[in-house]
Parts: sequence; structure tokens; C-alpha cells
Amino acid sequence: MTRLADKIQDVFNEPGCAANQAKSDKQRKKGCSKPLQPGGAAGGCAFDGAKIALQPIVDVAHLVHGPIACEGSSWDNRGTKSSGSKLYRTGFTTDMGENDVIFGGEKRLFRSIKEIIEKYDPPAVFVYQTCVPAMMGDDIVAVCKVAAEKFGKPCIPIISPGFVGPKNLGNKLAGEAMLDYVIGTQEPEFTTAYDINIIGEYNVAGELWQVKPLLDELGIRILSCLSGDARYHEVAQSHRARAAMMVCSTAMINVARKMEERYGIPYFEGSFYGISDTSESLRQIARLLIARGADAELMDRVEAVIAREEAKAWAAIKAYTPRLEGKKVLLITGGVKSWSVVAALQEAGLTIVGTSVKKSTKEDKARLKEMSPDVHQIDDLRPREMYKMLKDAQADIMLSGGRSQFVALKARMPWMDINQERTYAYCGYVGIVEMVRQIDKSLSNPIWAQVRSAPPWDEVTWEQRADAANAADDRQRAIFGRSARVA
Amino acid sequence: MAQIVTSTKSCTVNPLRMSQPLGAALAFMGLRNCMPLLHGSQGCTSFGLVLFVRHFREQIPLQTTAMSEVATVLGGFENVEQAIVNIVGRTKPDVIGICTTGVTEIKGDDLDGYIKDVRKKHPELAHVALVPVSAPDFKGAFEDGFAATVTRIVETLVEAPAEGAAPDADKINVLAGSHLTPGDIDELRDIIEAFGLVPTFLPDISGSLDGHMPDDFTPTTHGGVSVAEVAAMGGAVHTLAIGAQMRKAALALEAKAGVPFTLLARVTGLAAADELMATLARISGRPVPPKYRRQRSQLVDAMLDGHFYFGGKSVAIGAEPDMLLNIGGWLADMGCTVSAAVTTTTSPILPQVPSDEVLIGDLEDLERRAEDCDLLVTHSHGRQAAERLGVPLFRMGLPMFDRLGAAHQVAVGYRGTRDLIFAIGNVFIANIKEPDVNSWRSAAAHPDETHAPATAH
Repeated sequence: MTRLADKIQDVFNEPGCAANQAKSDKQRKKGCSKPLQPGGAAGGCAFDGAKIALQPIVDVAHLVHGPIACEGSSWDNRGTKSSGSKLYRTGFTTDMGENDVIFGGEKRLFRSIKEIIEKYDPPAVFVYQTCVPAMMGDDIVAVCKVAAEKFGKPCIPIISPGFVGPKNLGNKLAGEAMLDYVIGTQEPEFTTAYDINIIGEYNVAGELWQVKPLLDELGIRILSCLSGDARYHEVAQSHRARAAMMVCSTAMINVARKMEERYGIPYFEGSFYGISDTSESLRQIARLLIARGADAELMDRVEAVIAREEAKAWAAIKAYTPRLEGKKVLLITGGVKSWSVVAALQEAGLTIVGTSVKKSTKEDKARLKEMSPDVHQIDDLRPREMYKMLKDAQADIMLSGGRSQFVALKARMPWMDINQERTYAYCGYVGIVEMVRQIDKSLSNPIWAQVRSAPPWDEVTWEQRADAANAADDRQRAIFGRSARVA
Repeated sequence: MAQIVTSTKSCTVNPLRMSQPLGAALAFMGLRNCMPLLHGSQGCTSFGLVLFVRHFREQIPLQTTAMSEVATVLGGFENVEQAIVNIVGRTKPDVIGICTTGVTEIKGDDLDGYIKDVRKKHPELAHVALVPVSAPDFKGAFEDGFAATVTRIVETLVEAPAEGAAPDADKINVLAGSHLTPGDIDELRDIIEAFGLVPTFLPDISGSLDGHMPDDFTPTTHGGVSVAEVAAMGGAVHTLAIGAQMRKAALALEAKAGVPFTLLARVTGLAAADELMATLARISGRPVPPKYRRQRSQLVDAMLDGHFYFGGKSVAIGAEPDMLLNIGGWLADMGCTVSAAVTTTTSPILPQVPSDEVLIGDLEDLERRAEDCDLLVTHSHGRQAAERLGVPLFRMGLPMFDRLGAAHQVAVGYRGTRDLIFAIGNVFIANIKEPDVNSWRSAAAHPDETHAPATAH
């Protein structure tokens, strides 16, 4: 496991991350996330993170080496879209049984790779390590090496077993695997001065396609996206891009930074959520490309597109602003996207009254504070407390991921999905209009008045019951002089 | 007699099967004020959570011991202990159901021993029931984990009745297999109560996962069977075990409290519903209520109306053993041929499945066997195969994440069967191919048209 331990330390020591650089050596070694709390944890593991980061590469066979739990309950459950191959939606797993556990799973893994290549002939097989074979010491790097030689097909080990840490670490370890084994292994047929990489964009609900038409119009080519709607060869050739945009906060900052070091590809951190962020990102892309030799007139064209699209988007949003102005939003999200979503919502005239920062980095939190000083930042909530929060903040709608959906709905609170299982795309100028439309659709639905009405025979409403329970909690807190909740 | 075959592939493609710990977690969710706890890394819980949330469209209680790499190597006692202490502090449950996962099984964590040590160290937790289950995910399937958990709950929580105490003649136990939905359990409860009997369901996901507005925002299960009710199951006059997977739990209950049981391997179809009614009439000593006589006659009528569309149809089913037998058996009763049957794990009832062969395999196997079928029956993950084959998919089982109402799909009893005839019959009707002018021309004259595969890629 030394290799993996070294890798994790390398990822923790991220010079591209300002928060990380402010830490002492000892703090840095511990990594970015709080240690997990048995009995009080929620959220995905490092394997989950690695899979989220790479599964959007659509033509690759993603093979999970482990018992059925890892792939059996999670395959084909993410909303990333493909413009071509659907192979990424096929669930491949070695489905280790007791015999493999006793005798080792390497043979089964090798035979699995063989079967996949024979039946599906993908351009590459990605092999994901999980806890059980990692525990047993299955050497998937060696198996991948032998299989690649034998079958003449890239077999890429993704070493990010669940128990090494949380999802965010898995994103980074997945990025490391791309750096070690994929990026730079093929040459593009041709290059242009307008080639870029987009790093950390997963094309959830087809979001990338809300921005791509603009890039196409500007003559800017996405040489590779890591990893939304990407093909294996695109990632392999991505080292020839002239500039890179890093989306999704710091999930893959290690990739962006190391590609700058190794291949001299400058990057910036940007977002396609919200009008001004989208415009700024387009300008940044142009700036970096021009600095590296693209014609300076690119900026004029970019400005023209920005002016046109901003005007269109504002006009579309204007129609909703009277309906949404002053409406309050409670934002509970996995963290990585908090700040960019905040910017988008503020543009629509909505007020943010609270946001979760559980999985955000310190950098994210500071940024949120700067953008929206009055926002309450919420670390972790029990359902009843979330109800209290909704009530105290007098929020009108909650935006969150699927897991906290039902707390909002059971409190008869309008709710909208903004995480990766969502069905609507919210990127770029058209995306923010779509998001506003969805918020409006949700807020103006006539069911809210109906579902909040008490039945004719009910003397105590559910709100009264919940209020009484919360008051009891408060009393208990006052008595014990500390939070009644054991964190 | 179906021949049982196990797939010889090394690589599972498009899994049908889900893991034991998830089945165990679902069984625990049928206990009131319970927190299921998976002893493994946090991903084990997180994947399960997302899956159940998407299926039931409900908040799901499920916790993790959050094993790190180091904790896994050194052993997880402290994580189990901390998790229990934290859960009790945070959520005040009546019961915590703890299952191992692959990684802690491999390490050899002695969960039963850990629980004993926790009991010794924390007398203040005496009021919380703790039920440990071994559920390695490199063995068995969802159904096995569910069944093992119900057995373990019986062994741990049911109290033997006092010596010489007579059983309560109106009380019966129902051990409800993993193939039953909350809606199925509600339907069974109505039927049983109509005979003047008072049923205790174990587990009872109809209280906790039926989709309702709870009175309070509790982080544990809100609804289900209580620890006290489970303890009192020993005083019932009889036990109904629904699904062969419940045999072990029924035997455990019989051994512990002397409650005799009847196993109903099937609950869908006329004969199966008749058997259910006859059993209840016998246990209660009361005649079948008029309501169900009426429903029987409605079912017979629905069979007559529906048989035109079911007869001669070929159906491919991917389901866990008990659901496979229940639905496959019923479809065969309606005149369908079960042309492909794929399941997840071994079970003594597999030979009874009305198909030449039952394969323990995956959805890739099912897809390859389903090319010429008229209907695919499996969980939502069958959607890609159905699309590729151009065959309609009727969703049954878990997960069902792309349709509403998974919790309320009812297939038991006369009414459940009747409605299932309508639901599936309508799928057949919607897919009737209209004849055209060339439909009856000989194949030799128009080879292209006749042999064109009816697939839409």
C-alpha cells in the first residue's frame, strides 16, 4: 500500500490550493476533510468519487474490481450524458465471490478484462480498486500491465478503494490515474491555437451541451473534457491543449496544476453557473488562448457573443424576476458547487438564506462568506433541525441533492434537485434561465396550498407538533448548557 | 423442473443482483424506531442510501461505522462502539441493526463479540436492542441478507412464552419476504384482519416505507413493527411465512416459541390466493368473508378477459428467487411461456420455476436470452436491455428508480392479481403489432421484411 499512501500524501500536498498552502506540514498531512464520524457520517467513499470523476468518459469499459456491493447498487445511476457510445452505462464488475476472497481475485480480474475486450472491444478498460481486494492485496496495477501487453489495449488501474477517504479524495486519485496512465499517451491528428481542456465537468444532464454551441461558434475546440462526454482518445491527447478551464471547484485541481507543470498548459478556475460567471469564463479562455498565440481578435468575437447572450438571458430572466424577487432559497448541496450556484441564484433576484458547507473546502467556505455575507452556513442537520431552519429562515424553496429531498418535501416545502442525479441542466446562459424557470415552476405549483391544509378533523397541526418538539429541544439545551445534539 | 445453471463468466455485466448488506438494511427498516448500521466503509452505506431513496422516494435511515483503511486493518471494535454511542445520542433509537460488509468480514471482525463487549462497557445503553447480522457482500444476494436478518431478529428479540401459557387464538405472525412491497403488506393485513385475526408483520416496511407524512421528523424509521411487538410474537397461534426465504426465520420462531407455521411460496395467482384464503379460514375458524368471494369472482373474470393477451406470450424474467417463482409461476398460469429466467442466488424453490432453465446470472445473460421475447420483467436496470431489444419492460423488484409508486405496486391476493392482469395485459395490448398488407406473404418472397429483427437500437 506504500504507493497509494504516497499518492494520497502527494494529493494532500496540493500547491495549487491556497487553503492547503496556508496549513502547517502536520495539518497538511491529515488531508482536507474532517475524520469520519462512525454513526454520524454521510457521503460517498473514495471509490464513489473516482467513479463519478471518470465514468463520464463514455466509450471506456469501467470495470469495478470488488464484491457486488460496489457496482451492484450503483451502476447506471448518474445523469451524465453521452453524444455517442453508451458503453459507460454498462455495469462491469468482477463480482468477487468467496473463492476469489480466499485465493485472490487477480485471475478473475484478468479474465474479466479479456471477456470485456472480446465482447465489447472498448478503446480502454478502466479497472477500479475497491476495499476488499485492496485489503487482500490484489495487485491491480500488475494485472492491468499484463492485460494491456497481452491484449494490446490500455488497461488503466484506478486505485481509490473506498476506505482511504471521502469522495473528494477519490476525485483527485482518479485524476492522478489519468495523469499517470492516460494523458499524453496519444497525439492528436492536428492541433489548433484554439484547443482547450475543460477539467472537472461531468456533463450531468447534458450541461456541457449548453455551453458547447458557444465555443463551437467561437471556433474554440474542446480538445478534451475531463470527463463529460469524453472519449478515451481525447483524454489521451489532452496534453496538446493550449489552455484549460477547471470547473467544479477543487475536485481535480491536481490534474490542472500538474498539466500546467508537465505540458505548460495554463489553467484558470471558472464556472458556467450563472451569467457573469459564464461570461468571465469565456473571457478567461480567450485571454489564455491569446496569450499562447491565438489571434487577438478572438476577444472581440467573445465579447460580441457575451453581449448577445447576456442580453438574451437577462431578457428571459426579467420575465421571472417580478415573481422571484425577494424569494428566499435554502441551499443544501454537496459543497463543491455551492459558491457558483449562489452567484447564479443572486442573479435571478433570489435571496440565499442558508447553505450547507459540509463537504466544502475551507476555500469554498471563505468564498461563500465573501459573496454572500449574511448566509448561514450549515454543517450538518438532523431532519427536525432542518425543518426549524426552513421555518426560522422563512425560506421559500430548498435546493439540494436527492438525499435531503424528502426532508424538504415532508415539511411541505418546494424543493429542487441541483446535484448530480438531477434531470435538468443548468449551465451557461440558457441553463441559468432554465434553472430560474424550474424554480418558478416549483414555487408556483398549486399543490403547496393544498398539501399544507390540515384535514378537517385535525385539531393540532403538524407544524404545531414540530414546533413543540423543537421547543422541548431548546429547553433541554438551556438546561444542559450545551447542544443537546451529540455531534 | 427447471434446470439450475450458474453463469460461468468471470465478469458480471449489468448486475441483476444486489448485495446482502442492502437486503439486511431493508429488513431492519421494517422495525419501528430503528437505525440500520452497516459496518464497513462509508461508501457501502452511501450507495445503499441513494438506491433506497430513489426507489422509495423517502428519507432513509442508514448509518455507517465509517471504517478507514487503518481501522479496517486494526479491527473495527472502536468504530462499532462509537457508532452505537453516537447513534443513540443523536437519534434515540429503540433498536440498532448492525450488519457486516465484505471488508469487515474479510478482516474477520467478530461482530457478535463486539456487541457483547459494548454491552459490558455501556450499561447505559441497555434499553437499546442491538441485532448483529453477518452479511458479507461476496456471498449470496439481497434476498439472502434480508432472510438472514429476519432470522436473526427472531433469534435475538422474540421471547419464549411463559411455560404453559396458551397462545392467543386471534394473533398470527406474518414473516414477510423481501419480494413484498409496502402495498403488498397493507393488502395482506386487510385480508388477514377480515378473518378477525390480528397480524404482526416482521419486518413491516408498510409502516415505514409506504410513503406517508410522518408526525415528527425522526432520523430513525417512523413506523414498522416495534421491538415489544416482535418480542410478543412467541404468543401467536400461527405463523405465515411468505416466500421460501422466510423458512429459516419461521423455523427459528417455531424452535424458540413453538409457533407452528405455514409457508406460502406464492401469493400471486388464483390458486395461490385460494391457498392463502383457505389457510386463514382454517387458522381463524371463520369462513372466507363475502368481500373476498366477490374479489375472487372479479379475478376469474379478469383472467377470462385477459387470457387472450397473455396466452402464447414469451416472457423473460430477471428477479430474485422468491419473486421469480411468484411472478413466473403466475405468468405461466396465465398461459405465458417463461422463455428466460435469470436470478441472483440459490434457493430450494428454483426447480419449481416454470422454465426449462434458471440461470444464476446477470442482466447481460437475460438480454441475450430475451431477444425473441414479448416482455421483459425485471427491475429498473432492465431499461437499457429493453431499449436495445425493442421489447417492453414491466418493472418489478428493487430498484425501481424511474417510475412512481414502487412502494404501492400490489401483486398479492385476488385484487392484487386482478390488477396485475390489467397492468401487464395493457402492456401486451399496447404492443400488438398491426398487420399490414405483407404480413401473410410467404417468407421466401419477402425475406428482408419477414426476417427484419424487431429491434430498435
